[in-house]
Amino acid sequence: MSPDFLYTIEVIINGLMTGVMYALVALGFVLIFKSSGIFNYAQGVMALFAAMTLVGFQTGQIPFSHLINAIFGTSLHHFGWHIPAVVAILMTLLVMIAFAWLVERYVLSHLVNQEPIILFMATIGLAYFMEGFGDLMWGAEIKKLDVGIPSGGSFWIEDVTATWAAEGSNFYGWYIDKLDITAAIVAIVLVVTLTLFSQYTATGRALRAVADDHQAALSVGISLRAIWVIVWSIAGFVALVAGIMWGAKSGVQFSLSLIALKALPVLMLGGFTSIPGAIVGGLIIGVGEKLFEYAIGPMIGGATENWFAYVLALVFLVFRPQGLFGEKIIERV
Amino acid sequence: MFYREAGDFKTSYGADNQTFPISQDRYAYWALMAVAVAVVPFLINDYWASAVLVPFLIYAIASIGLNLLTGYCGQVSLGTGGFMAVGAFASYKLMTAFPGMSIVLIILISGLITAAVGILFGLPSLRIKGFYLAVATLAAQFFLVWLFNKQAWFYNYSASGQINAPERTVFGVAVTGPAAEAWAKYLFCLFFVVLLAWMARNLTRGRSGRSWMAIRDMDIAAEIIGVNPLKTKLSAFAISSFYVGVAGALFFTVYLGAVEVGEAFSITQSFLVLFMIIIGGLGSILGSFLGAAFLVLMPVLLKNVMVGGFGWATDIAAHFEFMIVGGLIVAFLILEPHGLAQLWRLTKDKLRLWPFPH
Repeated sequence: MSPDFLYTIEVIINGLMTGVMYALVALGFVLIFKSSGIFNYAQGVMALFAAMTLVGFQTGQIPFSHLINAIFGTSLHHFGWHIPAVVAILMTLLVMIAFAWLVERYVLSHLVNQEPIILFMATIGLAYFMEGFGDLMWGAEIKKLDVGIPSGGSFWIEDVTATWAAEGSNFYGWYIDKLDITAAIVAIVLVVTLTLFSQYTATGRALRAVADDHQAALSVGISLRAIWVIVWSIAGFVALVAGIMWGAKSGVQFSLSLIALKALPVLMLGGFTSIPGAIVGGLIIGVGEKLFEYAIGPMIGGATENWFAYVLALVFLVFRPQGLFGEKIIERV
Repeated sequence: MFYREAGDFKTSYGADNQTFPISQDRYAYWALMAVAVAVVPFLINDYWASAVLVPFLIYAIASIGLNLLTGYCGQVSLGTGGFMAVGAFASYKLMTAFPGMSIVLIILISGLITAAVGILFGLPSLRIKGFYLAVATLAAQFFLVWLFNKQAWFYNYSASGQINAPERTVFGVAVTGPAAEAWAKYLFCLFFVVLLAWMARNLTRGRSGRSWMAIRDMDIAAEIIGVNPLKTKLSAFAISSFYVGVAGALFFTVYLGAVEVGEAFSITQSFLVLFMIIIGGLGSILGSFLGAAFLVLMPVLLKNVMVGGFGWATDIAAHFEFMIVGGLIVAFLILEPHGLAQLWRLTKDKLRLWPFPH
């Protein structure tokens, strides 16, 4: 096979892997949007916050140590213990559930019946608040996240594919990150679990009922507030998974919160209410932006990944305003 | 008792519909203008100009612009930073291409260029709305910043990718460039603020303002009663972008002087202006000023208290700033969705009766 063709395939495969990572973040958005009609801009910051908390627990960092040091002139940093990854993940999960409860109690319950756009802006405020809070709690420096996920290129794939091209054509096999493969598997497991959960458990049925019709769900005795706490907890869990994957890939740092911005076009493309939409949208955007950067990027200055997804989604929306899998929007006076 | 409308009689429709119907408001307004024009320029120093007054005036223009679009016409835009960049780069290209052109003209033309770009990115608003549109405007933000960052023509092929404002004068006084004095910069910005605020106020009470509000309140119903959605939405995008473009041009030429696009016009800038109009008050010109003042002053204040007063590190102050801004956004949306402008209105209503209870 010609090296050019193999390179293109490699770009597509890497695009698919990136798309899975986007879809992982987009899933959290879809869950919350489906059940409460809230477009949660804070999802990215939730992933950052979860990853920070995880690292903080793991390395035994003292919360608010910067602030305490500033006020009392002490020099506290670490408790001096190291918690195993599994325990730290469970502890972080508890924090995310507590966060979900707090958000419902102090923000959402006051904003019922508001317009979606007001709720959207409220979550932007929430994102800013969490960002400052997280930085204050754990410090803003870049942290290394290590929960034992393998990373680096897979030699096996490299060795196998290197033989596909003709001898002497300077093709050394595909570079595919083991971390990306792990992320893809995790994402598939997550989607299957979420689907099973919403199909076969009582809570899942309640979630779907609320998504269909708030009023009707209330009238058959489903507690809207409990559902919201559950949904935000699940979204917190998804954020934690996304935070672990992205954090292991590029370190826990501010830019992690910006992955929310990468997930937005994925959602617009796939439709805000559809879990399969998030996956398919993620894959399309992932492949599309890598291919575009590979084929057209060098001609127009590169770094097209920053905007390609948005422009693609924008053009697409003009022709199909509800996205690929979204429900048809019907409006009446 | 002290603030009242008793004895303030109107004898014409014009008098009844003026911007400040209560005479005390009118006097207060003229007094404020007199202080701003005749007193402040003599007291101003470099610190006040660069930390407080000039950014306040420039952000006020941007806020008014976004408020026309979001507050009056209901189209949420997160592309403000990108449109400010258009204004900045348009003024840079004009300044370097036509050295003889008046700076006032350059800034107005930059606004017009931004308006054209705004219309282009406003076109999807005819099909998509709400936060779909908010997300779509992010496309403008990222695309424009990338364009100015990567296409060398826009920054005249300079090695650093930065753009620098050359010196330009108005009536022989430098208003841009390193030699410009604080009072000249201040007065130059004030001129645009007064002009544009006056224009915005009158636009919003005329035909176009009423059609914007009709679209905002319920677009389908507005269409049925004869408001043309195409014309209305695009005019809102055009005029809003004009304001934002002027703000961007002033931001670059007068305030910063040298700009690196990714830093100065990032998405943070878009959110900042959006926060200004939420805190200040959606759909209110006064609110745009209050919000801009609040968000320009607060970081300065926090820095003075925390870094200057307590001696804490600057990053802690920055984290607190994030928390406070975020918390305030949520609090305002819950407690007072109409922002500081509404608080001011309530205060005036209370003052009319004070000190009597009824």
